[in-house]
Amino acid sequence: MTAPRILPCGDSALTVEFGQTIDPAINGMVLALDDIIRARAPAGLIETVPTYRSITVQFDPVATDYDALIGFLNDAARDIAPREAVGRRWRVPVVYGGEYGSDLEEVAEIHGLTPHQVIEIHSSAVYRIYLIGFLPGFTYLGGLDKRIATSRRLHPRAKIPSGTIMIGGEQAGIAPMDMPSGWHNLGRTPVRTYAPERDPAFLFAAGDELVFEPIDASRWEALEKAALAGEPVAEEVRP
Amino acid sequence: MTDLVVKSCGPMTTLQDRGRLGYQRFGVSPSGAMDRRALAMANVLVGNPPDTGAIEFMNLGGAFTAEGGDLRVALAGAGCSLSVDGTAAAPQTSVLLKEGQSLEVGHARSGTFAYLAVAGGLAVEPQLGSLSFHLRSRLGGLNGTPLKAGDRLPCRAGAEGGEPMQLALSLPEETGPIRVMLGPQDDYFTPETIRLLQESEFTISSQADRMGFQLTGPRLEHAKGFNIVSDGIVDGHIQVPGSGQPIVLMRDRQTAGGYPKIATVISADLGRFAQLRPGTAVRFKAVGRDEAVAAARQLKDWIAALPGSLTPVRFNLTTEHLLSRNLIGGMVNGLAPAASDQAS
Repeated sequence: MTAPRILPCGDSALTVEFGQTIDPAINGMVLALDDIIRARAPAGLIETVPTYRSITVQFDPVATDYDALIGFLNDAARDIAPREAVGRRWRVPVVYGGEYGSDLEEVAEIHGLTPHQVIEIHSSAVYRIYLIGFLPGFTYLGGLDKRIATSRRLHPRAKIPSGTIMIGGEQAGIAPMDMPSGWHNLGRTPVRTYAPERDPAFLFAAGDELVFEPIDASRWEALEKAALAGEPVAEEVRP
Repeated sequence: MTDLVVKSCGPMTTLQDRGRLGYQRFGVSPSGAMDRRALAMANVLVGNPPDTGAIEFMNLGGAFTAEGGDLRVALAGAGCSLSVDGTAAAPQTSVLLKEGQSLEVGHARSGTFAYLAVAGGLAVEPQLGSLSFHLRSRLGGLNGTPLKAGDRLPCRAGAEGGEPMQLALSLPEETGPIRVMLGPQDDYFTPETIRLLQESEFTISSQADRMGFQLTGPRLEHAKGFNIVSDGIVDGHIQVPGSGQPIVLMRDRQTAGGYPKIATVISADLGRFAQLRPGTAVRFKAVGRDEAVAAARQLKDWIAALPGSLTPVRFNLTTEHLLSRNLIGGMVNGLAPAASDQAS
């Protein structure tokens, strides 16, 4: 494997780049390096931000021995093995279609499928959480079946509700709160990926896996109530 | 318990401190004071650690009152006036706001961001370790909102503070180009574009807020497209979208983004850059790591030296104070406004 590139981000950060594409092996190395940096916590470290293909390391420029940090990162990255998918796999209940997923029928029509087939395809994949970003708890998922990959909407919506299960291009995602979006809404989950008053405030982490479980609208109210009371509602399941 | 009560304020009057660190991996923007130098000055004036949470004003000022006790406060940053019951306070000085008195912060006559600190700090519950308000995620501040008329900010015990103090050190007067370090994606641009970035004049556009400052100027052409797979973002990144018009990402930036970043404003110059108003011309100069780190060290030393530059206000020339000290005899009209009351 070629050595990762170390890119300067001003005097207080750098990015270690393992590749330029969305790839589970690359993301696995990002997460493996993240584990090592966090375990060793070199002097001056402020925080690390793992993304799809690189990890950004933020540090105090005055308290950090930069050459030592580079040496440490190069050593750590040299023989790194991609982190295997972590033990956590989450099952997330979703009500598809209707008022919960207003674009389900349109997405089905675009691909010459029935809405039921779209639900079937969307809920039978195992997704990888590549990145929590953009907003607190916004969950970027890889693993969307190409048969339902749908380019983004021409006209983004100013506001979609919290818990919206959506797809954009070959990506899938979960909205952590009401937010603007140009993706297609397939359904909605009562799960709060982020709830500031709950412990833990964030349910998922990059590297986790996730599956969707279609549920009837009749179960929405009870699950929504539980989620508002601080229940995770998402269940940890065995892979 | 003493409350600082908001009577009126501009729409982006917020609480800010050092920022919300440690949660970027969950998509949480760090936020924090746009000008940490000014935040430090206001805090040190009232005896607080430099990063203590304070009220950040953006362009517009506000009016406040103290309820339940007296408050020692100080203002620093953008050129805003500060007055108590209509009497102007000298700049770089902490003032006592007595219970029921009215405190007025004027709009910014120079710069953009000003900070009002209260002795002992605000007794507002931090969210994820910080008071800093972030608009898009509705985190921080009072219940995830900017300040508005009627809000009550509880203050910690001892908020009446000690003697009035003044700071000898003022904001460093720097006028040169804003210094940047090239990267992380300078290889997405031609050498000609890198030259343009350093030799051209840019203007701060009206689209400048806590998230980012959009600049106008010569078009910065990409050498190999502008679509990259999103990677990490830091304060001061200069990203160049397809339009070729750069955006400097500020404290409320996203945690990850998908445009190539040609360069990064060095940490020591970010506060100065934040105070540049829309319509202001700005130039950039690429420097190496050594110069950037030396500047960061200089700024850290400057903040560390602030408490040592505090001196008590020896002559608090309010009529009330003069009369209480019995410093003047019958030949002088002790009720005439003192010189300092008319200043600034």
